[in-house]
Amino acid sequence: MKLLSLTAVALGKKIRAGEVTAQEAVQASLEAIQQKEEQIHSFVTIDQEGALFRAREVQKKIEAGMLTGPLAGVPVAIKDNLCTKGMLTTCSSKMLNNFIPTYTAEAVLNLEKAGAVIIGKTNMDEFAMGSTTETSAFGVTKNPWNTDYVPGGSSGGSCAAVAAEEVPYALGSDTGGSIRQPSAFCGVTGIKPTYGTVSRFGLIAYGSSLDQIGPVAKDVTDCAAILEAITSYDKKDSTSIQRKDADFTSALVDDVKGMKIGIPRDYLKEGLDSEVKEAVLAAAKVLEEKGAVVEEFDLSLVEYAIPAYYVIAAAEASSNLERFDGVKYGYRAKDYEGLHDMYKKSRSQGFGAEVKRRIMLGSFVLSSGYYDAYYLKALRTKALIKQAFDRAFANYDVILGPAAPTTAPRLGESLSDPLKMYLGDVYTVSVNLAGLPGISLPCGLDKNGLPIGLQMIGDCFQEKKMIRAAYAYEQTRTYQQSPLAEQ
Amino acid sequence: MSKEYETVIGLEVHVELATKTKIFCSCSTAFGSAPNTHTCPVCTGMPGSLPVLNKKVVEYALAVGLATGCKINQYSKFDRKNYFYPDNPQNYQISQLYLPLCYDGGIEIETESGSKTVGIHEIHMEEDAGKLVHDDWEEVSFVDYNRSGVPLIEIVSEPDMRSAEEVIAYLEKLRTIIQYLGASDCKMQEGSMRADVNLSVREKGAKAFGTRTEMKNIGSFKAIARAIEAETARQIDLIEAGQPVVQETRRWNDEQGYSYAMRSKEDAQDYRYFPEPDLVPLVISDAYLQRLRDSQPELRDEKLARYISEFELPEYDAQILTSVKKLADLFEAATKLCGKAKKVSNWLMGETMRLMKERDMDPEDLAFSPANLAKLIALTEAGTINGTVAKEVFEQIFDKDLDPEQYVETHGLKTVDDEDALRSAIAKVIQDNPKSVEDYRGGKEKAIGFLVGQTMKAMKGKANPGLVNQILKEMLS
Repeated sequence: MKLLSLTAVALGKKIRAGEVTAQEAVQASLEAIQQKEEQIHSFVTIDQEGALFRAREVQKKIEAGMLTGPLAGVPVAIKDNLCTKGMLTTCSSKMLNNFIPTYTAEAVLNLEKAGAVIIGKTNMDEFAMGSTTETSAFGVTKNPWNTDYVPGGSSGGSCAAVAAEEVPYALGSDTGGSIRQPSAFCGVTGIKPTYGTVSRFGLIAYGSSLDQIGPVAKDVTDCAAILEAITSYDKKDSTSIQRKDADFTSALVDDVKGMKIGIPRDYLKEGLDSEVKEAVLAAAKVLEEKGAVVEEFDLSLVEYAIPAYYVIAAAEASSNLERFDGVKYGYRAKDYEGLHDMYKKSRSQGFGAEVKRRIMLGSFVLSSGYYDAYYLKALRTKALIKQAFDRAFANYDVILGPAAPTTAPRLGESLSDPLKMYLGDVYTVSVNLAGLPGISLPCGLDKNGLPIGLQMIGDCFQEKKMIRAAYAYEQTRTYQQSPLAEQ
Repeated sequence: MSKEYETVIGLEVHVELATKTKIFCSCSTAFGSAPNTHTCPVCTGMPGSLPVLNKKVVEYALAVGLATGCKINQYSKFDRKNYFYPDNPQNYQISQLYLPLCYDGGIEIETESGSKTVGIHEIHMEEDAGKLVHDDWEEVSFVDYNRSGVPLIEIVSEPDMRSAEEVIAYLEKLRTIIQYLGASDCKMQEGSMRADVNLSVREKGAKAFGTRTEMKNIGSFKAIARAIEAETARQIDLIEAGQPVVQETRRWNDEQGYSYAMRSKEDAQDYRYFPEPDLVPLVISDAYLQRLRDSQPELRDEKLARYISEFELPEYDAQILTSVKKLADLFEAATKLCGKAKKVSNWLMGETMRLMKERDMDPEDLAFSPANLAKLIALTEAGTINGTVAKEVFEQIFDKDLDPEQYVETHGLKTVDDEDALRSAIAKVIQDNPKSVEDYRGGKEKAIGFLVGQTMKAMKGKANPGLVNQILKEMLS
């Protein structure tokens, strides 16, 4: 029996039934990692001893009836921008190559309380800046469907680890598509929840007003269960929202009769790969056949989402990353003369090219004389985009479209042309700008055998409608394993 | 000097608020602890930490705003001010630029040239920075983050002041208001009140402002006055010599009595302010604001009027007693306990002031309890001790806050009313001072004073002076 071919919820059930122990599950995960890491490199840190120790503790609690939740005893991988007490947390940056936090991110704590066993920390684009996981200071992660291709990013390590069946599920973070796009490229399912649903405490910030933590797993059921577990109102995060409707698994119902689904015409235009378009429209057809009312509409303002996003995210990042200065923790240059030189050398040497590009971009748009023209204008655009979605959700329960304009690009293709890479975020960034929930799930393969991602977007706090539509669609398909998972 | 000049001054006053915990985390704000003992991931800028606003900070800032006639932004926001320095752990300070909490107020000040209003441009909330400690021997610096995240309000005045005298009057008034509100102790020596002075000079009657300089963090009222005089003179000298005044930040060296340039406008940093995304906008409801207005304590001007009308104190006394909240608090608490407002006032105006001067203390340092002062007054009123003894006992209360009843008891200071003892003491005094006795009998009424004094001395001060007087007169007649 291949334990890791099970979904997280199915594995959890077996553990609770006493058919499998938490240690066995963790052992299986560690073995899979050992076998596959050389080929895909989805991890920055693997905590073998710690994971086995925690598995023993969790198993005792399960046997004592103290842990009864669906995730008890199930191993999990955590994106390396989520702080884990006593465990290296690097953001895949040289800048934090020695940083061991004294606290654990609230979302991860919530998982631990549910009995999850952390296996290790997954690779990502440095400080979550990138769409390919190639900007990591610790080497690229490869796509389990074809190791010549990128897994997407920035949560590429988390998505690749799930697709390769190194772990049953993982946590990622999504600032402009960083869960949904790599989920699409790796053929797995990922949710970016409504802003404020999952506490950001302990998430090393990239764009604070856009960042959300979310699940990556094999299917919608897992994602709903994981999201339910990590959702909490947290006083330590002022943007956290108290939700009384976080019973996301209650929305796992195979029924979309009468549900109104809108497809933005703007999402099907130029730039969208024809195979992706076909797969997305075929998925829409399936939902229509199941009784949903599907129609195309004009969302408008779509072309402004990317510039607004890159201005806002870079502005916040330029400030968020100021604390990495070599003074208190993290990387400090070896030779320097005086304070200014230490700052300059530590940051020049500690950050990679993409991070520096965004810090410079962000510093520029906030500088005096440019603030109004760029940053304020971007904020206004953000507000208009939210209004456009408000209008859409007056008519539709769920918005449907592609997660990315293409399937995964080849390794090395994207970084040479960052602008093109940024444009690849066209379908995902507006969801973050408007604070909406979004899900990406597999809807087919292209002619090269690479997965295509279907995105569904809900109105704020309407995850359940989105989950229901995604679940209903998922019931018409069977989960396709990546070639690496089958090994 | 051929032309007449006018000095134009505006102040930025930073006040550390008296909250128990920091503005964005629950670390203690206590002053003077071992380095980095009041710190956590938030106030040391650790990655992944997030600020959470301390509501008490808003309450204090609003109280100061209301007491200084400010309008309140009921929708207010925090902004990040970005600059790199090791005392600033995130390399940005959370402050307010675009929508400060309070704006457009002013306070009335009194100087010898009359009263005037100094406008307050705004009051905003922000976090304090840590402290750098430079090693005396090695080329290293240390940083202490205990102060990092201590809440501050910055009170920005309009450029309405024209002299050092007005500046001091403004600062004193501000300090009194804030102390009355309990929002801060405003101790300049400990840095809980700091002032930056923006100063320019122009020809009298000119409409446009001259080029201003800024002098940062001057340590005392006296130093501020000296710095203003010196900077005014320096700028006038430049203008007279036909040289430009450079817009710059200057540091005042009070020992040397001059200031020197720290950085010019050209080096001024671009702080890249933008709204703090980790905090939600601050919305002040009408109901909350009304509750605050209703619970504002009585401020100095109201108190002054009440002391005159309710307690019938002379205006001068009422002025002094209300000048510092600590004195007013002592006065009211002791009066409430003993019901003798004038007596309490006398002790505070007389002996308290004398001892404070003698011991070089500020009213804030007064440590005795109103209960002990009230007991002392009760003892004298009851005739248990006489005035001389009372002064002696008060000194003990002042220094050690001793219980006067106990002290009088253990030291045997009770007034002696025993007639026989008095008569024998007086008999001896009469016998030893024949000259004074003769003078008295010869019509020099005043001579009896000396004889009373001698008797008191013989009784070690414990006699009832009224009784002594009465017996003496009787024995001499």
